[in-house]
Amino acid sequence: MTNSQTPLVDMRNIRISFGGVHAVDDVSVDLYPGEVVGLLGHNGAGKSTLIKILSGAYQMDSGEIYVDGKQAVIRNPRDARAHNIETIYQTLALADNLDAASNLFLGRELTTPLGMVDDDAMEAETRKIMARLNPNFKKFKDPVSALSGGQRQSVAIARAVYFNARILIMDEPTAALGPHETQMVSELIQQLKAEGIGIFLISHDIHDVMELCDRASVMKNGKLVGTVDVKDVTDDDLLSMIILGKRPGEDTPAV
Amino acid sequence: MSDSTTTPTSTDTRQPAKSAVSRFLQATELDTRLIGMIGALALIWIGFHLYGQLVNGFGAFLTPRNLWNLSVQTASVGIMACGMVLVIITRHIDLSVGSLLGFCAVTMGVTQVWILPGLLGIGHPLIWIIAVIVGLITGTLVGALHGWLVAYRNIPAFIVTLGGLLVWRGAAFLIARGETISPVDETFKLLGGGPFGAIGATGSWIVGLIGCAAAIAMVFFGRRQRLRFGFALRPVWADVFIAGLSCSAIIGAVLLVNSYPWPKGIVKRYAAENNITIPEGGLFISHGFAIPVLILIAVAIVMTIVMSRTRFGRYVYAIGGNPEAAALAGINTKLMTVKIFALMGFLAGLSAAVASARLGSATNALGTLDELYVIAAAVIGGTSLAGGVGTIYGAVLGALVMQSLQTGMVLIGFDAAIQQIVVGSVLVLAVYLDNLYRRAAK
Repeated sequence: MTNSQTPLVDMRNIRISFGGVHAVDDVSVDLYPGEVVGLLGHNGAGKSTLIKILSGAYQMDSGEIYVDGKQAVIRNPRDARAHNIETIYQTLALADNLDAASNLFLGRELTTPLGMVDDDAMEAETRKIMARLNPNFKKFKDPVSALSGGQRQSVAIARAVYFNARILIMDEPTAALGPHETQMVSELIQQLKAEGIGIFLISHDIHDVMELCDRASVMKNGKLVGTVDVKDVTDDDLLSMIILGKRPGEDTPAV
Repeated sequence: MSDSTTTPTSTDTRQPAKSAVSRFLQATELDTRLIGMIGALALIWIGFHLYGQLVNGFGAFLTPRNLWNLSVQTASVGIMACGMVLVIITRHIDLSVGSLLGFCAVTMGVTQVWILPGLLGIGHPLIWIIAVIVGLITGTLVGALHGWLVAYRNIPAFIVTLGGLLVWRGAAFLIARGETISPVDETFKLLGGGPFGAIGATGSWIVGLIGCAAAIAMVFFGRRQRLRFGFALRPVWADVFIAGLSCSAIIGAVLLVNSYPWPKGIVKRYAAENNITIPEGGLFISHGFAIPVLILIAVAIVMTIVMSRTRFGRYVYAIGGNPEAAALAGINTKLMTVKIFALMGFLAGLSAAVASARLGSATNALGTLDELYVIAAAVIGGTSLAGGVGTIYGAVLGALVMQSLQTGMVLIGFDAAIQQIVVGSVLVLAVYLDNLYRRAAK
């Protein structure tokens, strides 16, 4: 699409291996502002590993990451957050024993002038963002273990959105949700996209990808099969990329 | 579950149906666990007192003397329990604290009895300070070493500290050459309590009034803070009730410690030394709060603030709740583990000062089996071994429960074997009751 711009994120020739297994092998993907890029592939194809490198959870063995055209060093989640890269993990990564506000601000607590954690200020901010994302959310004092799947998801989403993410990584954001909540997430993605945020969307659901994404990058066995414009391909094209590792129009597998 | 009146969502819609008690609890926002623990403690105290009265003809438990001693005996285990809470919340364990206490006590003993008098002269005012600092640093460093082995070398805390249990006890023996190191510095001794190691009637009133002022200020600022963000306020009567309750508890404690007089012999000696003539009917000099108890209270207050009001405390809970999520949130969980074990070591060093000051000497056997009492105190106080849950006040109350049981059984003449059976059973029972409570509260 808008390929004349500088990409928000450009991951080049990323490699990582765990105990001799090449989990991600020479993969390059990029993401432009206001774009949703789907990451597709089987379980174990390396999608989650790839984005965990971007979010700072894993350190790549080799490769380069550029944010806004400038090389970025991402050694831990803090570095990623400093580049306004926010992640919604498949597991949600919530501390179940803490309340919504503590989770939302985990690692970035608001403090009083004396350096004390300001729970009331955080709760007030949480109430504000929740009013926007999930107006039905009322359990501000309870630990998140007491929340439903959808409520937990909205806490995880609020955490990513609150801190002015420019690059958002969503790992299976709708896997645990009912149809109504899935619809809410879809609307949110459209809204964030309109705000110029770039989104990596990891999903198993081809229909989600066809509906929400501008481009799709397909991975198989740690390698990139290819990146396609979603409007140029059919469901079946994507499926054969995922299953057979064949790019549309090719006879022999690319991987 | 959905029909249960205990779920918050359903209680809101059934306001009128609720009992007076639950409305009261909701308005005051009192912690029901805290009430339960204090209730259990009251039961133990009254039980022992009545048993003594009925069976032995003399109820010795609820006397100023016994309660004052109980508070002093609780101090050492209580101080360490404050640190153990953090260790257990983060899903670790520290089995070495008893041995570490012995090791720190011996280092402090060697410093103040063997080394410093030669350098500074016996009775030099700096001796006790240097000795305590040496003990605290020793504890902190050993704790940090344990934490490093756990976090950066991936050895389970159970193993590291089980090794520590043996290593530091042995090291204490070597350093002390198996001897009892005494006498400790006179000022150092005050840390352990006793008639001189207490702050007297006037001092206790000052401490009490400061405590009351702090309690009232906390209620007041809490209210102002809620107003600032437009949150629902507690009813005024509930705030007044809480402030009043805290102040009465504090003043009650002051009256209690002030009603325990110095023993006659010590009064006589003190009067002779200070040229005071003892009036007819004897001279009543109050003990007041013992210094080790004040140390425990200070540790408990500071640790409560750390756990509820600082990032460090928040991260401790987060790591306990979900270590992976904490790491993904950018928390340096390994460094946190080192800090937590170092803090545990620091508190073991502080406990060592209190324990050896109370004994008046340092021996390598000091603190034997303390690790079990410390862990039990934390667990009785509601710290979950599964991680993520625990409070400082719970651990201190837990230590008080354990000590009350032991003291009570000594007073009514149970022998050591029965004491062990009772304390062990109570530990198991307490955790079982806690499980039931948690299930009911869900």
